[in-house]
Amino acid sequence: MSFVEGLQCRECGRRSEARAVHVCEDCFGPYEVVYDYAALRRTVTREKIATGPRNVWRWADLLPVDKPVTGFHSGNTPLRRADRLAEVLGCSELYIKDDSANYPTYSYKERVVSVAISKAVEFGFDTVGCASTGNLANSVAAHAAAAGLQCFVFIPHDLEQGKVVGSQVFGPSVVRIKGNYDDVNRLCSEIADKYGWAILNVNLRPYYTEGAKTFGYEIAEQLGWKLPKHTILPVAGGTILPKVHKAYQELIDLGLVEDSNGGSRFYAAQAAGCNPVVTAIEKNIDVIVPQKPRTIAKSIAIGNPADGFYVYNAIKQSGGHGASATDQEIVDAIRLLATTEGIWTEPAGGTTLAAAIKLIKSGRIPKDESIVIGITGNGLKTIETLGGSLPDSEPIGASLNEFDRRLNGKASIEEAVLAGAI
Amino acid sequence: MSVKVRIPSPLRSFTDGADVLQFEGGSVGDVLGQLTARAGGIEKRLFKSPGELNRFVNVYVNDEDIRFLDNLATHVKPGDEISIVPAIAGG
Repeated sequence: MSFVEGLQCRECGRRSEARAVHVCEDCFGPYEVVYDYAALRRTVTREKIATGPRNVWRWADLLPVDKPVTGFHSGNTPLRRADRLAEVLGCSELYIKDDSANYPTYSYKERVVSVAISKAVEFGFDTVGCASTGNLANSVAAHAAAAGLQCFVFIPHDLEQGKVVGSQVFGPSVVRIKGNYDDVNRLCSEIADKYGWAILNVNLRPYYTEGAKTFGYEIAEQLGWKLPKHTILPVAGGTILPKVHKAYQELIDLGLVEDSNGGSRFYAAQAAGCNPVVTAIEKNIDVIVPQKPRTIAKSIAIGNPADGFYVYNAIKQSGGHGASATDQEIVDAIRLLATTEGIWTEPAGGTTLAAAIKLIKSGRIPKDESIVIGITGNGLKTIETLGGSLPDSEPIGASLNEFDRRLNGKASIEEAVLAGAI
Repeated sequence: MSVKVRIPSPLRSFTDGADVLQFEGGSVGDVLGQLTARAGGIEKRLFKSPGELNRFVNVYVNDEDIRFLDNLATHVKPGDEISIVPAIAGG
């Protein structure tokens, strides 16, 4: 059963019953789900969690869903100790939370979609949709297909082919919009109004965003009910970072963490070509000025982040910071992660690692404290972003002589990457 | 010809359910001023203080966010369309 009490506006505090509404009728602020924490404290224990399923519904008591209909294979992604990467960066305790391995469409979006689709079915919707930079569309399309729902996904016209095909294959109506994500977003807001569909990141946003907390719960449990001292996450619309912050806070409040490490410090990673939140953090002003995105990190190219203000707050409250990465730094970081840890992430992940490297090098993040880098998407979907940056592989004849010549002629790929990327 | 203002559903209780209203031109601020005069109660939803929109209110003129134009001083002429859109989550 769910412990949801209802919805509450994050700005003015107005309360509402739990329904398919996303903005406060009084001030346009975002509604957020409110739980009965007193009841949760009596119910949720580490032992009870340990008996739960190994998917996002392990955390069902802390999610706003009565009857899950999808997501039974989503979440529960690896938290990898990254010693080889740590050695390159000079860190002592570095982890990768790897949602490039999230099922079934290989991004963190499985978490929010599992919750939002279940809620859409609970509310009686038969058509779901989303505004997306690609990963969300892939996930919504897959989960909607499995749940037998009608599906419309709206994406900018210029996404990577893997992201477009990665939606189309599941059979939704894919609507490509001549514009950037912010244009798509605005259109979807008007579509949700007009057609009465469950546009998951519009009118189901309060429920959708709660799914992102599972990323944080898993980190804490996987660390043995400890919080890392530092958590670095990419920022696009601004959903995941404040929700992981909230997840850690809930675990502390519910007495579930053994060692809170004084609460984790949070750091925002953005591409230099789309960094409205990092700009605000660096200027120390809580006004997010929108930008027109120009970056290869298309999945996080959101110039007008709805929850940017809450990212800013979580970072300032926790004592963290932010950093931006250029397109070249993003590509270098993708290759560094691949060659040191065997993890292939998309440009959003490259952005996060590149930002982490800057924050570590500048001393913002001390090298001798525990660090978690959040990897939220998979590189297989964005092959074209590496175009030209990998060494050519000219074919040779099937003779040992030719192979001997090839072997003696080149340094190993790993040496080349390490020399170039750091 | 006049300036059209598209009203999002959370605000339609103030406009007797109307999704589009028409006003005389001028600046975006002038038009929103006419809107708040006609639809009592809507001002508090749109404005934090006079001349300052609430954090989560996005205003567009013909598909362009007014923050990329001249904010509330952006000039609008007959035939232009103003949309009021609440901020929504990422994707």
